[in-house]
Amino acid sequence: MTVDIDVPPIVEMRGITIRFPGVLALDGVDFTLRPGEVHSLMGENGAGKSTLIKALTGVYGIDAGSITVAGERRTFSTAADAQDAGISTVYQEVNLCTNLTVGENVMLGHEQRRGTGIDWKATHREAARHLESLGLSLDTRSMLASHSIAIQQLVAISRAMVLDAKVLILDEPTSSLDRGEVEQLFGVIRDLRGKGVAILFVSHFLDQVYEISDRITVLRNGTLVGEHPIAELPRDALVTKMIGRELEDLAAIANSSHRVIDRTGTPVVKATGLGKRGVLEPADLEIYEGEVVGIAGLLGSGRTELVRLLYGADRADEGEVEVHGKGTKVHQPRHAIEHRISLSSENRREEGVVADLTVAENIVLGIQARQGWMRKIPKKDQDAVVKEYIEALGVRPANPNALVGNLSGGNQQKVLLARWLATAPELLVLDEPTRGIDVGAKADIQRKVAELSAQGLSVIFISSELEEVLRLAQRVVVLRDRRKIGELDAADTDLDTLIDYIANAGEGSAA
Amino acid sequence: MAAMTMTRAESRPSDDGPSRVQTFLSRHGGMMPSFAAVFILVLLFIGGEIFLRGDFIRPLTISNLLIDNAYLLVLAVGMTFVILTGGIDLSVGSVMAFTGMLGAKLLAEGLPVGVAVPAMLLGGAAIGLFIGVLVQYFGVQPFIASLAGLFLGRGLAFIVSLSSIKVENDAVLWLQSTRIKIGDWVITPTGIIALVTVAIAAFVLHLTRFGRTIYAIGGSEQSARLMGLKVGRAKIGAYVISGTCAGLAGLLLTAYSNAGYPRNGIGTELDAIAAVVIGGTLLTGGRGFVLGSMIGVLVYGTIKTIINFMGAEQAWMQIIVGALLLLFIVVQRAIVARSEGRR
Repeated sequence: MTVDIDVPPIVEMRGITIRFPGVLALDGVDFTLRPGEVHSLMGENGAGKSTLIKALTGVYGIDAGSITVAGERRTFSTAADAQDAGISTVYQEVNLCTNLTVGENVMLGHEQRRGTGIDWKATHREAARHLESLGLSLDTRSMLASHSIAIQQLVAISRAMVLDAKVLILDEPTSSLDRGEVEQLFGVIRDLRGKGVAILFVSHFLDQVYEISDRITVLRNGTLVGEHPIAELPRDALVTKMIGRELEDLAAIANSSHRVIDRTGTPVVKATGLGKRGVLEPADLEIYEGEVVGIAGLLGSGRTELVRLLYGADRADEGEVEVHGKGTKVHQPRHAIEHRISLSSENRREEGVVADLTVAENIVLGIQARQGWMRKIPKKDQDAVVKEYIEALGVRPANPNALVGNLSGGNQQKVLLARWLATAPELLVLDEPTRGIDVGAKADIQRKVAELSAQGLSVIFISSELEEVLRLAQRVVVLRDRRKIGELDAADTDLDTLIDYIANAGEGSAA
Repeated sequence: MAAMTMTRAESRPSDDGPSRVQTFLSRHGGMMPSFAAVFILVLLFIGGEIFLRGDFIRPLTISNLLIDNAYLLVLAVGMTFVILTGGIDLSVGSVMAFTGMLGAKLLAEGLPVGVAVPAMLLGGAAIGLFIGVLVQYFGVQPFIASLAGLFLGRGLAFIVSLSSIKVENDAVLWLQSTRIKIGDWVITPTGIIALVTVAIAAFVLHLTRFGRTIYAIGGSEQSARLMGLKVGRAKIGAYVISGTCAGLAGLLLTAYSNAGYPRNGIGTELDAIAAVVIGGTLLTGGRGFVLGSMIGVLVYGTIKTIINFMGAEQAWMQIIVGALLLLFIVVQRAIVARSEGRR
């Protein structure tokens, strides 16, 4: 599908500049959106994608520049203003009300009325009609909370259609969807594109961007890099534009998987028959000094559950854990921390960083917890540690006093990593440390993990991106359906073999 | 495509029992706490009947439940709006005292009812507006903002007069003294006012966009704002409604006790909150029904009546209400945990 360049644009943003205290978030960015196109906005975390979207949806005011929608110059001061101009947004975390029904969420604020009151019958009928136009047949009187995130996302899109949106902004809509659900969503997107809706699509998944987009706009550090039709921008060129440097870094890390680990001594941590009824079948796991053990498996295969049992975040009902050859009990995270085991949760925002504290405070939290709350760490020592890790991990902005909540996802992850590293763990468990963060930050984090393990740190690395697992780990533990099905040597496993193993490895090869 | 088929199957109500139950639960799961309140009320009635040897379930007893608690019912209605948005209004007890004093004073000065009653309602609404603006535009926690309202109301009540003011206005006394009989059932104009308040509130909450916005705010304020709903207006509106209800409750209590008294309603805000929570409204907002709050008030009133009939210590009242409150909060937690687990 190609879009005629002569079609007058529906959205034209010219010279958009937005300043936050101490940061120039957008610097004279131009952006054009045409009816009937899917336009991807690409850039690393912190490049200004979210800021540009928020300028277009009325969440942020602009300091300079102009926004023209359907030929009319507009200034938006609230989300309602943008909606009135025909711009609707579906956010990554679905912004609907789960306490209300599906139909009500679709129609909220636009309920059909008869006389003075809402006519619920007509309202639900209207909601059903909008849902059906997207190929959804749902019980509109069921509670939204009873549906999956994927369905909730489609409900949010239906809501946009009620508002008669001419512009639909999809901000990371696919990050929590499985393959089938993504297909369903893309079907809906193509359908809307056919009806002349202009779609602004943001995703970290390059495959998806190339599958659905007609055009790409690339941002970097708050400035426009360029706008390109999809056919004229091969992937490597796109990535280069996004991060502004070649991916040699990642290639260099690949050697790490060939490092030879001495497995003759006592493992740092050894778990035997660790399991919990209904959560994970008993599994064995051993990690040696300086080793990176990858854990691979589909979402829900028991990856997170295994490390939570090991860390004591959930209590195992069978199995034993040995640290340096000595049997021990790890029933609570506190025990794990005493044995210098750290877990960085997959749930970055809720179980990881404290958004209201600064970068420095977040990093120091970890050391302080080890020290005990009563023993204050001298300010000078704190500053030194914070400075060291900000530099080592490339946290941006490199400002120890910035609030973590204002950082991009990738930089929050770096802060979290810094916090655990500052406690000098012997075993660091990283659960999905690279999910939802940009290529540059991913490379930074992977490089740091490779470097630390070469210095003797043991790491358990969980990731849905199998390339990452293979690149970093020397050994890969594979899980399926809450059961460990085997271990592979990363050096002689390629991606296809691993995928095949995850999908097909039979009962016979179970460990 | 797998997701698609699943959705279809979900949406088609089939004829066998379990799935009909599922459909019902997926639609009306939020009503469970209110059903539980009805269940408790029925249990209390049966218990009262057994304890008092057939002397409890009588039209007069039940009529008096409403008449004696009309002011509390009106307070609970206003409180329901605020709690549905996820807020709290601690001011209602003292606002009720203040408006009662204000009305009594104005009437004692010889002003007509047509001035005194609107002044009471407006006085309540003004304090509600004050709290709402603090919450919405100054980002003050509802607990603190309404605590300020509590002190303000109580202080104003004492400014009007330090001692009680007798009301001799016929129109106001008529509200309580008139007994309208329907068979063995009795109702007073105050009871009718309370019931009409419930009906209007139910209409507003379920059949107007304003009401639905209240629920949306309780579900997720950020989502409601991003959906383009008029969040600020609705939130302030909830506090104004609560304040106005407190003003109206002031009128009802004045009619009930023939006087304005500055120490009226100390702690009554907590009774209202208890009634709302027992009636199935979630303290975190977004779920609940004004009819549930009415059941909550009736549960509260029934316990009080049974204890009076038994001649037991009033302290038992507090203990039983406390225990019930605890029970309901636990039930609510379970419901919230369940609905979050399903997602």
